[in-house]
Amino acid sequence: MISNLAFTTPLLLTALIALPILWWLLRAVPPAPIRRRFPGVALLLGLKDDDSQTDKTPWWLLLLRMLAVAAAIIGFAGPVLNPQEDRAGSGPLLIAMDASWASAGDWQARLERVDLLLDEAARAGRPVAIVQLGALPEGDLPLQAANAWVGRVPSLSPRPFEPDMQAALTWAESLEGPVETFWFSDGLERDGRDDLIDAFQDLGSLSVFQGARDVLAVAPPRFEDGVIRVPAQRVGSTAPRDITITAHGLDPAGIPRELARGELGFAGGEMQATLDLDLPPELRNRITRFEIEGERSAGARALADDSLQRREVALIAGNPEREGQTLLSPLHFLREALEPTADIIEGELGDLLLAAPDAIIFADVAQLSPEEALEVTAWVQEGGLLVRFAGPRLAASDVARAELDPLLPVRLREGGRTVGGAMSWGEPKALRPFADGSPFFGLEIPEDVTATSQVLAQPDPMLADRTIAALADGTPLVTRSTLGQGSVVLFHVTANADWSNLPISGLFVQMLERLAVSTRPATPEVRDLSGTTWVPDEVLDAYGTLRDAGDMPGVAGEVLAEAPLSETLLPGVYAGDDRRVARNVIGPETTLAPATWPSDVPVEGMGVISPTNLMAAFLTGALALLLIDALAALWLSGRLSGLARGAALFAALMLTAPEVEAQALTTEEELALLATTDITLAYVETGDTRIDEVSRAGLQGLSNTLWQRTSVEPAPPIGVNLETDELAFFPMLYWPVTPDQALPSDTAYARLNTYLRSGGMIVFDTRDADIGGFGAATPTGRRLRQIAAPLDIPPLEPIPSDHVLTRTFYLLQDFPGRHLSREVWVEASPPDAEQVEGMPFRNLNDGVTPVVIGGNDWAAAWAVDAGGRPMFPVGRGFTGERQREIAHRFGVNLVMHVLSGNYKSDQVHVPALLDRLGQ
Amino acid sequence: MSDTALHTPETLRSRSESVARSLPSLLLNAQHLAATILLGEHGRKRAGMGDEFWQYRPAEAGDAYRSIDWRRSARADTHFVRQTEWQAAQNLMLGVDDAASMTFTGHKSRPSKLRRAQTLAMALAILAVRGGERVGLTHLADPPKGGEAQLIRMAAALMDGHEPGDYGAPKPRILPVGSRAVFFSDFLGDPEAIESVLHQAADREVKGALVQILDPDEEHFPYDGRTVFESMTGAVRFETLKAKSLREEYLERLKARKARLKEITRRTGWQFHCHHTDKPAEPCLLWLYQTLERGHL
Repeated sequence: MISNLAFTTPLLLTALIALPILWWLLRAVPPAPIRRRFPGVALLLGLKDDDSQTDKTPWWLLLLRMLAVAAAIIGFAGPVLNPQEDRAGSGPLLIAMDASWASAGDWQARLERVDLLLDEAARAGRPVAIVQLGALPEGDLPLQAANAWVGRVPSLSPRPFEPDMQAALTWAESLEGPVETFWFSDGLERDGRDDLIDAFQDLGSLSVFQGARDVLAVAPPRFEDGVIRVPAQRVGSTAPRDITITAHGLDPAGIPRELARGELGFAGGEMQATLDLDLPPELRNRITRFEIEGERSAGARALADDSLQRREVALIAGNPEREGQTLLSPLHFLREALEPTADIIEGELGDLLLAAPDAIIFADVAQLSPEEALEVTAWVQEGGLLVRFAGPRLAASDVARAELDPLLPVRLREGGRTVGGAMSWGEPKALRPFADGSPFFGLEIPEDVTATSQVLAQPDPMLADRTIAALADGTPLVTRSTLGQGSVVLFHVTANADWSNLPISGLFVQMLERLAVSTRPATPEVRDLSGTTWVPDEVLDAYGTLRDAGDMPGVAGEVLAEAPLSETLLPGVYAGDDRRVARNVIGPETTLAPATWPSDVPVEGMGVISPTNLMAAFLTGALALLLIDALAALWLSGRLSGLARGAALFAALMLTAPEVEAQALTTEEELALLATTDITLAYVETGDTRIDEVSRAGLQGLSNTLWQRTSVEPAPPIGVNLETDELAFFPMLYWPVTPDQALPSDTAYARLNTYLRSGGMIVFDTRDADIGGFGAATPTGRRLRQIAAPLDIPPLEPIPSDHVLTRTFYLLQDFPGRHLSREVWVEASPPDAEQVEGMPFRNLNDGVTPVVIGGNDWAAAWAVDAGGRPMFPVGRGFTGERQREIAHRFGVNLVMHVLSGNYKSDQVHVPALLDRLGQ
Repeated sequence: MSDTALHTPETLRSRSESVARSLPSLLLNAQHLAATILLGEHGRKRAGMGDEFWQYRPAEAGDAYRSIDWRRSARADTHFVRQTEWQAAQNLMLGVDDAASMTFTGHKSRPSKLRRAQTLAMALAILAVRGGERVGLTHLADPPKGGEAQLIRMAAALMDGHEPGDYGAPKPRILPVGSRAVFFSDFLGDPEAIESVLHQAADREVKGALVQILDPDEEHFPYDGRTVFESMTGAVRFETLKAKSLREEYLERLKARKARLKEITRRTGWQFHCHHTDKPAEPCLLWLYQTLERGHL
């Protein structure tokens, strides 16, 4: 530990000798006295202090101060933990970096190591060149001062491919020595490395830096035996290790997410392992890539292209299968051919269409019901592929005899024909080579494939165009026509071996593949891709991040298939006409091996303990000690009063405690908090400032009245904006109607209707009862009708004399505001409500009336100014004051009605009410 | 209110303003305090001069006609005389020590000793005036008087001027024979002066009470460390290196001072009470009220 500690200015440490002197000085000086006014001093006169020692600084305080001073001295002496030993060397320095995907995992450590080397080179004054072997510089070595490189180091980044060793060798041989080389290797063996080592050693001495981190890689997944096999390999340690491989793709909503994950364990000493994932087809088809979790490199990503996606093929046979005669089944050979590469579903046509298969195969299905035909036609037009096989039923039916059936590519002649059978002349017909332009072009035709029977097409001008395979005599074997975006294909033979031995040949499978009924083989071959151009869709960077390829140029098919990855052929997904091909860093056959170095090349790791400068720590410690000393000194002299103690404690906490930020409330949350802490009355903001102010003052007056007279203690009223504010918090909305008020938006109406349905109440006030009755007679009345039209308002009636509003708190029959109209409308009582003999009122419906509509300008009657005095005169003299009082009582009843519902309608209270009514 | 102790003649104007401002406040404080005690006339429980009805007694020979209560007599065969209760006004002399030491307060949340003394004195004066007594201040030359006007005069006099020096002693300029007297002070000054005043008062048949008003800091001495203690004017200084070690001795001395005051009061038939400014004033006022009540009987 001590051996790892060094000082930049060790001479300063001699100041530590002064510490004993300081000790003596501090002991000699007592703390300063505090002056205090105190009347009781008269009683103190003549007293003596019991001992003389207490005026000295206590020993622990002294120790504290000594420690602080010692820490400061040591701090200024510049202690450094793990000081770096400079390596000897002179002359130009070349830092060569593999910078491949395998370096990406510990790229940061590499950069830090490069930084350290640059520091050393800067101290030694050596020119440096940093070269990435994947991106070789043009011309001579880019030698620069080490300090010039320091700023550029963070911008160095690895490449998602392996360096071209041959090019590197050529480049290295073109250099002129002497140059010392530091080679940052990614730890992987690759061809040509030995030659490059020799080339570097010819230039000067060579040191290799290599990380200790395992390199993990995952190869493209294969689909075998119903499971996805994901091969993984590693380079590095041989200890047992578990990794997690995740599969990513789009979920049904189109959002990228993790679809599956699996644990994979490398046994001790084992460098390869394979993860088997058994996934439902629906999930499997969505997978776009596999990742090794926690591993940031392009090698730990395997992009999946179409090879994992398996087509869904629906099989329908015209005649039910006969039990026990599998080989005669029309579907048997189709199943055999498609099983390895496609997902087969069978069942009723209606059910199969719902499953949206990629292809439907009709084996000898002749007649569809009109409805089914319509559905199938629609499905084909949307891009489906319908493959039909002929057979006895089709031959015997009248389908497509007279006119073209949309679900058959050609018109058929009656009966079909048989050649080469027991009862006919002629030989079974072989196949004619596929014509150029046919999807089957290029397939080799086995000689023994023949057809003995077929359905024949009516000669037709379009027949030649639609024939994609024919027999040796020119009669069509396979015809195809397009229908909408899809196509219809007819094999003129059966799907079993009855009419032809085509279904039991290998050609059959290849033909189905070409028709895109089944999935293509995983790895594209040069032959398949030659002459095509592929556009990069998404590419990987070295860290394994998939990004959009943007406008990167397309690559030729041959290059895509075979060329090694390079700057122009980045790993990624390439899109062609109708399929996507992935190029991965790790191919199916790639095997990783650890690099081996000659014994005369020194190999260093990345793990260097960087020197830690302890100066700041020591000085901070000294400062903290001095702070404690100040507090202790205050405490000793009795000057640390309660407040100061609190402040000091707070300051000490502030030094240590992390900052805690209060969470700011959003505006909505503030409104919600404001509105729900207490009952809050609310009014609708009309946009007219004066009317809004009257509404606010009115509800404030009503709130005051409620506070004084009832147990309802509302918070100050709130104006709500129908367009933006949530209404659910308010028991009641007061809505003054103005003639020029804007109609609420659709969302506002939706919110209002929700509010009304969930038990809210809106009080509409047209404020014009002095000039017109209820209805469309006034401008505000007309506006009210327009406003209320989209609202979910039940039938209304004028408040009946036995409505619960007349007795929720006060017994009322009039509902005046500033005006005295009696026309106040509420939800109509149910038509079957009848007054029972002896009861003062009818047994009315449950619930609160969702609206109260009137024109009495209640808010103006309720309104009070800031001092609590009424804002507007009501009526004249005492009668007016009485009217204001009744208005207030109506307001109280209104709020009580909202809050307590039909409680006062409850028959339980009838006796008490009867008593009060004096009946 | 208590800070007027530090004013000098040069700041007369500001002092006048502060007095004018605080006078209603002092009265209000005192009124408020006085209202907590149920008031009663100090009747002598016998017939005499006074306003309150005492009894009807049958007229005897020698009663003047005008003394006969005709209304009562009309309801009986004999004549009755209406007697009122004898009520005699007492003189209550109040002395408030306003020397510098009284302006001390140990914490800003507590009133100064002077302020508490003034409040108690005024409250007592209000009670006395309401009870029909005459009140006066010992350091004024004016004789005791009754009525609301006297209260205002007293309040003004209490706020007006301060005794120079650190410690005050009661120096009664006028002390009517047989009156009651109450002295408010911290009694931290020379105890001889107090003793002589009490002897002098006892000679004049004046009975009363000493109310020692102390700040809790003076009572508990919560100090520590190297400290220089100064009196309020700074005239007296005392330095200690470790204040805490003096605590016991200080408390001992304070106890002795209290014992001495008690001894003096006991010998002269006075009463002694110690009041702390962190406690409410009401219990002290109640004690004073009851003490003076007992003195009447």
